[in-house]
Amino acid sequence: MSSIASSPPATAARAARTRRPSTLTVYRWELRKLVSQKRTYLGLALVVILPLFFVVFQNVHTRHDRGADNIFAAQITQSGLATPVLMLLFLSVFMLPLAATLVAGDIVANEDGNGTLKTILTRSVNRGQVFAAKALAAVTYATLAVFLSAAVATAAGVASWGFLSVRTFSGTVVSAPEALLLVFASNAIYLIPLLSVAAIGVLLSTATRNSAAAVVGTIGIVILLFIVAQIPGLEGIKPYLLTEQFENWHGLLRTPTDWAPIAHSAWVCALYGVPALIAAYLVFLRRDVAGG
Amino acid sequence: MSADAAPPVKARGLVKRYKDVLAVDHVDLNVRAGDVYGFLGPNGAGKTTTLRMALGLIVPTEGTVELFGRDPMRQGARALEGVAGFVEAPGFYPYLTGRKNLELLAALDGDGAARRIGEVLEIVELSPRAGHRVGSYSHGMRQRLGIASALLRSPRLLILDEPATGLDPAGMRDMRRLIRRLAEQGMTVLLSSHQLPEVQELCDRVAIVDSGRVVYEGALSDLRRQGGAGYRLRTTDDTRALEVARLQAGIERVQRDHNGLAFQADERAVGALSLALGRASIGILTLTPELATLEDLFFRLTEDGDEAGGVASAVVEPRASDDEELVPTR
Repeated sequence: MSSIASSPPATAARAARTRRPSTLTVYRWELRKLVSQKRTYLGLALVVILPLFFVVFQNVHTRHDRGADNIFAAQITQSGLATPVLMLLFLSVFMLPLAATLVAGDIVANEDGNGTLKTILTRSVNRGQVFAAKALAAVTYATLAVFLSAAVATAAGVASWGFLSVRTFSGTVVSAPEALLLVFASNAIYLIPLLSVAAIGVLLSTATRNSAAAVVGTIGIVILLFIVAQIPGLEGIKPYLLTEQFENWHGLLRTPTDWAPIAHSAWVCALYGVPALIAAYLVFLRRDVAGG
Repeated sequence: MSADAAPPVKARGLVKRYKDVLAVDHVDLNVRAGDVYGFLGPNGAGKTTTLRMALGLIVPTEGTVELFGRDPMRQGARALEGVAGFVEAPGFYPYLTGRKNLELLAALDGDGAARRIGEVLEIVELSPRAGHRVGSYSHGMRQRLGIASALLRSPRLLILDEPATGLDPAGMRDMRRLIRRLAEQGMTVLLSSHQLPEVQELCDRVAIVDSGRVVYEGALSDLRRQGGAGYRLRTTDDTRALEVARLQAGIERVQRDHNGLAFQADERAVGALSLALGRASIGILTLTPELATLEDLFFRLTEDGDEAGGVASAVVEPRASDDEELVPTR
C-alpha cells in the first residue's frame, strides 16, 4: 500500500444511493458460497455414495429377492425403479436429515463465527433479505440432496436391472414411466418433513451462533423424537411426531393413492417448521451481531 | 433535517448493558461533516460496542444513534447509505478469493459498486493477490481488503476500528496516508484506535472513553490546551531554581530531572518566576513551552482518579443543542 498516498483515490463523496440489491441477488450469492465450500459436498456425498454402494453390492452378491420384508426389496433385481424407492426408505430416516442439517445448522452460525455476518449486514441489504436468502439456500440444498440421491439411485438401478414396471405397496403393477413419476412425487412429498427439519436447523443456527451445536442439536431432536415414538404409553402422540412424517410418501405408492397421511403430514410438519422459521426470523432481526 | 444536512454521526445517551456489565454508559457522540474523529479508550472501554451500535449490528439498551439523521435500528440498510467501514478485524470468506469477496460485497451494495472493484484493489495494492483465496492472506492484507471493501461503497462516512492493528510500520504509515488523503477529499472518518500518535497526527476531534463513559469529547487542540501548558526550564543552578519555583505562586507540578525543571503554569506566573530567578541571581539558559501530548492527557483521563484530577476539571463536551460551543461537564 506504499503508493496509496500518491494514488488518485476515486472515492469522491456521492449522493445517497437509491438502488438496493434484490433478495434474489443475495440468494444467488448464498448459493455461490455453498458451491465454494467443501462441507457442501460432504453432505451430498453422503446421500449419493450409499445408493451407489448398494447397487454395486447387489450386483456383486446376486441375491434371491424372495423372502424380503419390503415389497420393493423383494423386487430389487426385477426392476431398476425399485432401487430409488428402497433408497428413499433407508435414507429418509437419518442420512437425508443429516445432509440437510449440515447446511441448515451452519448457514447463519458459521458466518457469525467467521465475522462475515457483520460484513454483509453493513452493506445495502436488510436483515430480512439476508435471512430469506439463507433460508432459501438451506431449502435449495435439502431439495438438491433429495433429488440428487433419487437421480443417482434411479440411474444406478435402471443401469443394473432395467427400466421396468414395479409393484407398489398395494401390490398393483405400475408401468415404468408411471413408476418414475411416482419416484419423483415420493421424493417431493418427503421434502415436507425434511424442510421442517431444515427449519429447526436454521433456528438453532441463528439462536446458538454455533455450527456444531446447531447441527448436533437438530440431529439430537430427530433422534429424541424417534425415541419418544418407541416409548410405551405414548402411542397417542406418535402421529404428531415429526419423525413419523418421514414415511408420509408411502400413500403415493398405494392404489388408489392414499392422500390422508400426506395431508396429515403437511399440517403436522407445518406445526414444526413454520414456528421454527418465524422464530429464527425474529431472532435474526433482533439479535446482536457480536461475533468475529 | 435532510440527510445531507444531518451530522454524519450523532449518538445520544447510548447504553449497552450485558446482564450486570455496563459496556457503554450514556455515550454521546457528535461527528461533524469533514471530521477526522478519533475514538480513543483502553481495551474494554466500550469503543467497539459503540461502533457496532452505530452500524446497527447490536441493539442499544437505551439511547439512539443516527447516521446522517437515520437510525440504523429503525431504518436498516437505508441508514447505512453513504456509510462504510468495519469493526474489529474485517471479516471475509476464506474460501473465496479477494476479488470474489469484493464481487460478493459489491453485489450486496448494488448501484454499480462492482465497477469499482479493480480501482479499489489498485488503491490498496492488492491487485496482484486478488486471485488468491483470502484464507492465505496475512493480517495486513485482510486489513487492506477491509479498506477496499469499504471504498467500494464510495462512502461519505468511513468508520474504521483499529485499522492499523497488526500492520508493520510501513503498513501503518501507508494506512495513515490513505486516511489523510480520504479526509482531504471530504470524507468524514470515525477512527477508533489505540495508536495515540496516529490519532494525534490524523484527528482534529476526539472522544475519549473509559469504562463505557465518554470522559472527553471535543477538539483535540482544546484538550491539549486545557490539559495545562507545560514549560521546561534550564538554569545556571537548577537546585536553587527548584526552591524558587516551589515558592512561586501559580507554579505547579514542579519536577526536576536531568534536563532541568518541568512545571505547569500560566504565562503571568512564568513571567513572575523569571523575575524571581533574576532576583536570586540565577541565570536562565532556556525556558520553552511544552504542550501536553495526547498520550499524557489520555492517561490522565483514563487512569486512576488522582491522576485524572488535573485534566478532569477541564473536561469539556459539546452541548446537545449546539455542537460548536464547548461547555464544561464536571
